[in-house]
Amino acid sequence: MNMQLQALDDFRSAAREWLEENCPPSMRTPMVQEEIAWGGRNAHYENPESKIWLERMAEKGWTCPTWPAEFGGGGLNKEEAIILNEELRRINARPALTSFGISMLGPVLLEYGSHEQKMEHLPKIVRAEIRWCQGYSEPGSGSDLASLKTKAELQGDHYIINGSKIWTSYADKADWIFCLVRTDFEVPKHSGISFILFDMASKGVSTKPIQLISGASPFCETFFDDVKAPVENLVGRLNDGWTIAKRLLQHERTMISSFGLASGQSDRGGTTSTVDSVEGVAMRYRGDTDKLSDPVLRDDIAQFKIDSTTFALTSQRSVEESAQGQGPNATSSMLKNYGCELNKRRSELLMRAIGSQGLGWEGEGFEEHELLVTREWLRSKANSIEGGTSEIQLNVIAKRVLGLPDILSMSKTKKK
Amino acid sequence: MAMVLNDDQQLLKESAKNFCRQNSPLSVLRRLRDEKDKIGFDKDIWNQMLELGWAGMAIPETYGGFDFGYGGLGIVLEESGRTLTSSPLISAILLGATAVNEIGSDEQKREILPKVVAGELIISLALDENISHAPNQITTSAKKDTNSFIINGEKTFVLDGHVADKFIVVARTAGETDNKQGISLFLVDANTAGVSITRTFMVDNRNSAKIKFEDVNVLSSALLGEVDKGFATLDYVLDIARIGLAAEMLGSTQEVFDRILEYLKQREQFGVLIGSFQGLQHRAANMYSEIELCKSVVRAALAGLDNKNADRVEIAELASIAKAKLSEVFFLVSNEGVQMHGGIGMTDEFDIGFFIKRARVAQQYLGDASFHRDRYASLKNF
Repeated sequence: MNMQLQALDDFRSAAREWLEENCPPSMRTPMVQEEIAWGGRNAHYENPESKIWLERMAEKGWTCPTWPAEFGGGGLNKEEAIILNEELRRINARPALTSFGISMLGPVLLEYGSHEQKMEHLPKIVRAEIRWCQGYSEPGSGSDLASLKTKAELQGDHYIINGSKIWTSYADKADWIFCLVRTDFEVPKHSGISFILFDMASKGVSTKPIQLISGASPFCETFFDDVKAPVENLVGRLNDGWTIAKRLLQHERTMISSFGLASGQSDRGGTTSTVDSVEGVAMRYRGDTDKLSDPVLRDDIAQFKIDSTTFALTSQRSVEESAQGQGPNATSSMLKNYGCELNKRRSELLMRAIGSQGLGWEGEGFEEHELLVTREWLRSKANSIEGGTSEIQLNVIAKRVLGLPDILSMSKTKKK
Repeated sequence: MAMVLNDDQQLLKESAKNFCRQNSPLSVLRRLRDEKDKIGFDKDIWNQMLELGWAGMAIPETYGGFDFGYGGLGIVLEESGRTLTSSPLISAILLGATAVNEIGSDEQKREILPKVVAGELIISLALDENISHAPNQITTSAKKDTNSFIINGEKTFVLDGHVADKFIVVARTAGETDNKQGISLFLVDANTAGVSITRTFMVDNRNSAKIKFEDVNVLSSALLGEVDKGFATLDYVLDIARIGLAAEMLGSTQEVFDRILEYLKQREQFGVLIGSFQGLQHRAANMYSEIELCKSVVRAALAGLDNKNADRVEIAELASIAKAKLSEVFFLVSNEGVQMHGGIGMTDEFDIGFFIKRARVAQQYLGDASFHRDRYASLKNF
């Protein structure tokens, strides 16, 4: 035990020293949207230090600290990873790489992928060589994801894929896609889905950005017209893709729930404006010095902060608990749902905090950070829709965590 | 901050759970109520709790305790909250003993704490004077005489006041009504001349009293802590008690929720289990989420109390967060407890009503949600 503790202490000193030497100064300042490092073939670095920081972290495998070293990861155990995270936070380091490869695909490849698939794809995620996107929702399959119709037909050693996806985040910027396709139309909907990977540069793939109420276009429509994908790109067993799909959703929810922690470093809204506290902003705009003069707003902010503090404690507890056992479980739905609602509440409070200065759209009369508050408020409305709506998360909690009966299956059995 | 229980704590939790379930089920509280019991708690059960060492959980060994920390006391409170066990655990232990332990002189601790731990002495805090918790709004006065103080004033919501042997009276020795300066604490025997006690039957069937002090003369040695400077340490003691009470509320809240879930899985209407209705499922899922948050803050706050490096501002924040959050969530879940049980939920015969009654008392005691949101905002400088 003492030796273990000693080893962890040594790891902390070494990590601290390395970070001190290798984390560039501008990477220790709060993240700004344009400087988020996504990697990929066409990666563009607004700030050259982003690239340096990414390369240094990737070299150590610390973009994916817990992945095995043989796949390019850091090979750290959970305790070491927690320490590394603490040390990164200590110097306010920005995430070196933000990637759906890290937060979504990687974990399921580690669990379900073949050795060849791991060797092929994981190192490229670690090194930010390939940027991934997620082919899940379809125009007719939103909350009822398993009803998806994009089809993949076997022809020789390839699948031919036809159909379309929607709400594909950054499909226009991604290099590869992990995609749910129907490989059997004759069986119940959950049993005919497969999980496949292919290159977005393949012939027959096209994308079209969708403009949101915030004015931004983080999502795309994605079309597949006789796209060829080699059979070896199928992950897991044929027609068993739903298992992987659900697992990946748990990882996605865990990722999204972190936005509720007001980390200020996410890709779904919440960047520069999260640096200031809501109460600080509210007081500054009112010229208040020691007490916020609007008592109702003050009470609402206090309630919000109490909830977000207890939420942060819950995320931490979930980490402590999973360090003792399993990976993400159904509580990821709870965290996703609560985190998103908190993020939305925060945006609404910020809007109230700055009053009519939060009602501008563009141009003169408004500071850039004020316009950002407005845009991020609008962007936050998507938080409880993307990655599974809040209503779906509540269904998942009711069924999987609380064991409540499924109305659909109950009414079906009744008919028989 | 360790929010996962260690092995010793896990064992304690199991044993406390079994004890409460077997020895002090909710039917005990119902019986005490129906019989208008003179003491208001079951002495046999209290004696067994004392034998289990629950009273000395957070008291140092030097003073007859077991040094198991507030984490241990919190676990016991949580489990006793599940069965709504009525006992002096909150009045005499969480508040009384804690106050003596945190504020008293070595001599006072040696004299009082072993007796409290052994159950020979019930000591209760006489603090509130108004309809809502406001620990610095003290009008009860203590005027210095040569070797003594003369206390005059009225206190309300004094837990187990009708059976207490001693009170810790919060009184003003200087300053205006609202001042934090000028507050002092006194140990007053219940049988001192000039003390009159009126038992108040509370809606939750626990016990408290209104107490009048008329020219009550106590020696200067009855002073607990420093004269005029009692507020800061009192507030710290209250924070410990707020966290402990939040732990008890967590137990009660979880129990109500478990009962709701059980009912949703058993009651049929329209030919299906009512738990299959989305209108109820989403409410249950929301409650579950809120309760998960409550568990985290209670565990973190208890761990904070046992962390020697935690400062008092940190504890104050955790206490206000915990008490605010638990007050809101116990309110929500106890209301839903009645509503989601439908017709049977409104009957006295069914136990769920005991929880909504306890919820309102626990919510208000030591500050309700809005008190603690206000306090938290002030602690955070806004």
